[in-house]
Amino acid sequence: MKGPARTKIPRLGDVALSLGTGLAAALVLLIVAVILGDVIYNGAPRMTLAFLTQAPREGMTAGGIFPAIFGTVALVVLMTLAVLPAGVATAIYLSEYANPSARVTRLVRVAVNNLAGVPSIVFGLFGLGFFVQFVGAGIDRALYGGQRVFGQPALVWAALTMAVLTLPVVIVATEEALAAVPRELRLASAALGASRLQTIFRVVLPQALPGILTGAILAISRGAGEVAPILFTGVAYFLPKLPGSLHDQFMQLGYHVYVLSTQSPDVDATRPILYATVLVLLLLTFALNATAVVVRSKMRRRFAGATA
Amino acid sequence: MLVGLAPPTRSALVRPEPRPVEASDPKNHRHAERPRLASRRPKFHALAEVAIRVLAFSSIAAIILIFVFIGKEAWPLLHDSVIGKEVTLAKMWFAQQWPGYDAPEHVWQPVSEIPKYAAWPLVVGTLKVTLIAMLVAVPLGVGSALFVSQYAGRRLREIIKPTVELLAGVPSVVLGFFALMVMASWIQQVLGLDSRLNALVAGVALSFAIIPVIFTVSEEAFGAVPHSYVEASTALGAARWQTIVRVIVPAAGPGVAAGIALGLGRAVGETMIVLMASGNAAILSASPADSVRTVSATIAAELAEVVFGGPHYTVLFFLGVLLFAFTLATNLLGEFAIGRMRRRLGGMA
Repeated sequence: MKGPARTKIPRLGDVALSLGTGLAAALVLLIVAVILGDVIYNGAPRMTLAFLTQAPREGMTAGGIFPAIFGTVALVVLMTLAVLPAGVATAIYLSEYANPSARVTRLVRVAVNNLAGVPSIVFGLFGLGFFVQFVGAGIDRALYGGQRVFGQPALVWAALTMAVLTLPVVIVATEEALAAVPRELRLASAALGASRLQTIFRVVLPQALPGILTGAILAISRGAGEVAPILFTGVAYFLPKLPGSLHDQFMQLGYHVYVLSTQSPDVDATRPILYATVLVLLLLTFALNATAVVVRSKMRRRFAGATA
Repeated sequence: MLVGLAPPTRSALVRPEPRPVEASDPKNHRHAERPRLASRRPKFHALAEVAIRVLAFSSIAAIILIFVFIGKEAWPLLHDSVIGKEVTLAKMWFAQQWPGYDAPEHVWQPVSEIPKYAAWPLVVGTLKVTLIAMLVAVPLGVGSALFVSQYAGRRLREIIKPTVELLAGVPSVVLGFFALMVMASWIQQVLGLDSRLNALVAGVALSFAIIPVIFTVSEEAFGAVPHSYVEASTALGAARWQTIVRVIVPAAGPGVAAGIALGLGRAVGETMIVLMASGNAAILSASPADSVRTVSATIAAELAEVVFGGPHYTVLFFLGVLLFAFTLATNLLGEFAIGRMRRRLGGMA
């Protein structure tokens, strides 16, 4: 009674299920291919050395995007200077010093994990409310007699806002890297009479370095691509000069894409420039992500070798 | 505040000793034989450890400050009498009778002679775009995760997984750009819609940002199902698809749910895509072909031009609190689901 049906239906089910899920996967591949293909096809012809090294001209319809590249790099460098020490120190503190079962430690971990899911626009609000309005205006009151210097959107506030946004990335990656360092190494170091700090700096951190680097690169890639957090904290559409100090505004690639595609008076004239800008932004983030992947796989191999 | 911390100068694994003169107390090592490693201990160490602690606490403080400062800027909405003349919570959530309108209505017009701050058009707009995004992203994300973990051969897997990672690395402003410049025209041509930018375009573009989230978490969940489950099911005579549908999917269910919850949080909070592709008209309607204005896009579009501390500013921060609260809830839900799956599989494996 069950015999024939049993051998037939399962095969049909397998065909249906593998086709259905395979279709989903194929669609995802197609989406990525279409987006990348469109951007590369339309953006590549315009991407010349002059485009990368010149300032925009004639209402963004000619010239290049150098100021936006410069602003993006400046933003990301400042952000890294802020987030890397803070994030790595926090991770070291959490995994090497803090009592893992203490309520505070667990609370901090939950907070870090949840920070990763907070929408980037909320970080923009925070940057405006805290850095610009509170810290910046406070500095102005204390040092500049109320004159507006730091109490307005500026490169430094955008960088710090982005640093807070990427903080969880660095903390989580560093903690993971620290946890992957075999306990025996710590024990061996302690047995040689090294203090906890010596163990951390000479044994644990060198071992965890690739993991920490991976986190840093992922944070940089995220910081280079995000736009929402800097909307109110320092970015500008067009500036005649490059930012010369921390309290200047700056141009940025992502924001450039946003403004060019939404507020351009002549879409057809700006389209080639727009596509080339998108391509530059994509190449930048992909290059960073690819580096992170390579570093990570190297680290995996190293640990696989160490434990074998 | 923090219990269980060893004082800075004590070495890693040495327990505190009650008696003062002990070999394990580093203070007494100074003139005794001791390993050379320990020679530069005192001043530098104390300083370095203080530095670690200061940095750690400042980043923890930053996390706490986010909660504090967004709330602080939104707080006047609840009690300030000057702001209360223009907008209150009740005015935001209940239909108001405005001059020139026949009946009470929900209107978001913060920059007009009589500013109107109805939240419903924005909330409904956000939910509409999110729903469309989830309807696209859940089948594609979970489906391709299932395919990769169950059916795909090694070579296919090594194409699909990096491609999804690639998609995850695409900045949202680029997805917004693509939706605005390319997809909007396609969708308009195919469906013959009136408005080029609408909830459908924004929702589909938004799904591209969420697919990687759902895929990654789901794929991990499918992979975490112990092999013994599959063996047991196969031993009972189940076919591959029967094992997948009746054993693997239910076992990985909480993990998949976690992925969906995280994707939902991301969808609701995502800003640049909807800002660029939704048309940004605050219309209260259920049609996916209408232009919409989401909560996040409203904040992004309006905050730059408001008076600091004014009613509009306060309302935008209040919307930020709403976003924050919602994503916090979805994150906690996701974390709870993952914990549950871990406990369940841990208990049975």
